[in-house]
Amino acid sequence: MADVTRVALFGGIYSNYLALTAALRHMRRRGADVAWCLGDLGGFGPHPDRAADILRGSLVPMLRGNYDESVGLGRGDCGCGYSDPRDNRFAQLSYDYTLANTHAVHREWMKGLPEQQRLEIAGRSLLLCHGSPRQTNEFLWESACSDAFLEWLCERHQADVIACAHSGIPWHRALPSGRHVVNVGAIGRPANDGCTEVWYGELEVGADVRVEFRRVEYDVETLARDMAREALPPEFIETIRTGWWTTCLENLPAKERRRGRH
Amino acid sequence: MMDREPRPSPEAPHGGGNPVGLAHAAPAVAATAPEPATAAAVDAPLPDTAPAAGGRFPLQPLLHLDTLWIQVAGTLCNLRCTHCFVSCGPGDDHHAMMSREEVRAHVADGVRLGVKEFYFTGGEPFLHPQMLEILADTLEHGPCTVLTNGTLFTRERLEALRRLSDSARYALEIRVSLDGHRAEDHDRLRGPGSFARTVSGLARLAEYELLPIVSATESPLEDPAALFESYATMLRAAGLPRPRIKLLPMFRLGREAERTRGYTAAETLLDLPADAFDPARLQCRACRAVTSHGVFVCPLLVDEASARMGDRLEQALGPFELRHGACATCYATGMTCGNG
Repeated sequence: MADVTRVALFGGIYSNYLALTAALRHMRRRGADVAWCLGDLGGFGPHPDRAADILRGSLVPMLRGNYDESVGLGRGDCGCGYSDPRDNRFAQLSYDYTLANTHAVHREWMKGLPEQQRLEIAGRSLLLCHGSPRQTNEFLWESACSDAFLEWLCERHQADVIACAHSGIPWHRALPSGRHVVNVGAIGRPANDGCTEVWYGELEVGADVRVEFRRVEYDVETLARDMAREALPPEFIETIRTGWWTTCLENLPAKERRRGRH
Repeated sequence: MMDREPRPSPEAPHGGGNPVGLAHAAPAVAATAPEPATAAAVDAPLPDTAPAAGGRFPLQPLLHLDTLWIQVAGTLCNLRCTHCFVSCGPGDDHHAMMSREEVRAHVADGVRLGVKEFYFTGGEPFLHPQMLEILADTLEHGPCTVLTNGTLFTRERLEALRRLSDSARYALEIRVSLDGHRAEDHDRLRGPGSFARTVSGLARLAEYELLPIVSATESPLEDPAALFESYATMLRAAGLPRPRIKLLPMFRLGREAERTRGYTAAETLLDLPADAFDPARLQCRACRAVTSHGVFVCPLLVDEASARMGDRLEQALGPFELRHGACATCYATGMTCGNG
């Protein structure tokens, strides 16, 4: 196994400091050689500074997601671009809370994060990004991306593996050319699968590329109590307690939406 | 089909804007336009190279072909909506129905170019006798959305669509056009009784968990958020517990241009400074539309001779001169005909 590099990649912390702690512990236990967060530290959960302190203390590097860009620059919204007024209302509540509770030192740090990172491992080029290599807030859903499009993205960006996050549901496509696209999901919010655990991506890169998603348990009830104390919406608390998304559903394709409850 | 709203109004500004000499001009459309379509109603010389009348229009590059629109049913529709932007109706064939083989060829062209997704329009796509086979063919290659008026959903068709949706790797989206959350508004444009038939179709789609997207035309008199909520309330009451709604602006094209008015010469992007132009705002940065008459820049301008860019996609990858009033509507609203 000496010639295999184990790469742990996770997205969307969304202020879930408990899931972050559990995920980092899980990655260490699995013996990850490299770990990266693909962006979006804040949003949704309570006390964003807690997650920022933990991540920065861990020395695991992070990309700048659309949320980090907005919070770093003090923009008016999260930049997800919803059109459903209900989604926008919840997104705004969450964003205003996060912006108001993120320390200036962390905001300054977010501004300076890279949008993308390239890793050269075993002769392969891995491109890490937040939404897609061409647009930070582009949602790449499994059922909405043709092989032809993903091959084009890899070709255009000269990548053997593209790893992204942003949309919150993990998936992996081994393309006919032998290249790979992996959406590592989010560790801050369940994957709309009815389970309270969260997921991250583990890539073993050597002679082949192997992709597995790892499931992480954390203390959901403590997070739920924190969220309630911070007066975050009950709809968000329902999501972490049930594993079903209750908001920001408008971009889900029919296939992914049908798997959920709302 | 989708709420096709507008088409080129007779008064729509034309002529002017020869791209030659534009600071940000890449090869003009002329360089990539092939022979005009055979026996087409859009046989006019292509593109329109009339000398500029003292101004110029921005040139929109195609950044990548994300979206391929396929006007599979031509202009054949079972409704004759008074605002249809491609003037479709019963017996209308000014764009002809496309054969399964024609569609396959364009889909293959799109796949070679790295297309992300496909949209089927008409007319009414479910009037095409091979629509289900065409969908099955295309779902092998990427996600598909069908834009329909929602009035033709038999049990058999719904069962077939659900089977397709379950078995395909990619998403199958059904998008249904509504022009009001009240029957009187919708029926005024689409004909008496059409609201009830469409809402009944929507309820049946929901029953089969096909999760239809409702696309609705914005009214300049109504706040978009309030309009969104009105649609959501109506749809929930009609048996759609998870309404998905897309609002679109009205385009002054086709029958809508006759019903109200077309674009005026002032309603264009004429002389927009090159350094102020943001090519990321327009859907034609990432789409093309095919009909029986060839490849057009977008699904809105398929009745515009100057918007025809070739017979096949490979010939239609050059920049497009944004001379039409509809281009200004797209630019101002940042809208896309796509689901997103």
